[in-house]
Amino acid sequence: MPDLSRRRALTAATALAGATVLAVPAARASAPSRDHDAPAAFDEVYKGRRIQGRPSSGGGHHHHGGGYSVSVDGVELHVMRNADGTWISVVSHYDPVSTPRAAARAAVDELQGARLLPFPAPAN
Amino acid sequence: MTVRKNQASLTAEEKRRFVAAVLELKRSGRYDDFVTTHNAFIVGDTDDGERTGHRSPSFLPWHRRFLLEFERALQSVDASVALPYWDWSTDRSPRSSLWAPDFLGGTGRSRDGQVMDGPFAASAGKWPVNVRVDNRTYLRRSLGTSVRELPTRAEVDSVLAMATYDMAPWNSASDGFRNHLEGWRGVNLHNRVHVWVGGQMATGVSPNDPVFWLHHAYIDKLWAEWQRRHPGSAYVPGGGTPNVVDLNETMKPWNDMTPAALLDHTPHYTFDV
Repeated sequence: MPDLSRRRALTAATALAGATVLAVPAARASAPSRDHDAPAAFDEVYKGRRIQGRPSSGGGHHHHGGGYSVSVDGVELHVMRNADGTWISVVSHYDPVSTPRAAARAAVDELQGARLLPFPAPAN
Repeated sequence: MTVRKNQASLTAEEKRRFVAAVLELKRSGRYDDFVTTHNAFIVGDTDDGERTGHRSPSFLPWHRRFLLEFERALQSVDASVALPYWDWSTDRSPRSSLWAPDFLGGTGRSRDGQVMDGPFAASAGKWPVNVRVDNRTYLRRSLGTSVRELPTRAEVDSVLAMATYDMAPWNSASDGFRNHLEGWRGVNLHNRVHVWVGGQMATGVSPNDPVFWLHHAYIDKLWAEWQRRHPGSAYVPGGGTPNVVDLNETMKPWNDMTPAALLDHTPHYTFDV
């Protein structure tokens, strides 16, 4: 169920702003910066869940993690790299950890077995 | 005139009316639009890209406007309702009256974090979590688990003492008042409270927990206290900053109001103290 679809985000933002046509951040097609040294890829089973991470090309996709994508059981986990090199994810957004693998493990801890919902498809 | 009161001093009737108005916004679907908007910004705001709602100088005016929109929505249901604030430096225990069954309900059970009492418990049938990042549809909390202690008054005072509003690079690496209040640097005030509550409050869809508004109403009050302590200190940057909302630039998603227009809260509401 695409609870966080781009269309819904835009609808909500429009509702808040009256009839104005808007561009919210989720709809931006900005390419992530590629000047960071991306962490190495990983692939492991943690607490029974398969967590994977790899540098990604970005290419207008939603990867705000400085060109790095993470998944839990094959479903993308939205991650983000902070200016100091620490990481957060959409399920642990106020608590930076040192690596994307640590963010994936923190997500598995937080999910307690629940299934991650797919992050909305990139704006095309 | 709207007066925002400390949640600890609300009467039983004020609590009842606040809860009823929140539940009505939920029932009508308007509540979830606020959750969706917040998540869109929190995943879109990046340290090296455009940033508006978080990790940037406009964190404070953006949330001031966001709360004003929510408060106006509440008042369209019940004109007597104002947003209460939660001074977590004083009411710092899971046994606080904030978490009683007649107000927000308590912490989640250990097995799955599910909140089991109060008007927002899934079992009460009126609080489906629709805007979510995983398949759990019930409100969750884990008060004081991921981080043991809420900020102390001394920690709050140490941040209020910072005379500079914000500093380059205007993001989570900045020194200055805004980023210390937001919590990416230093003793960590705002972020730590999200983590302390746990559950949805620790995620990008944090407004799924009604305590979101009480937490941010207190963050907003701390901004007002900071202004009183530092009358010569201004919102910065003043202009020409890429990806960052300058003093006289309008903010998304509303596009009709600048930080400059939101510096003074008194045209919109006052505080009880």
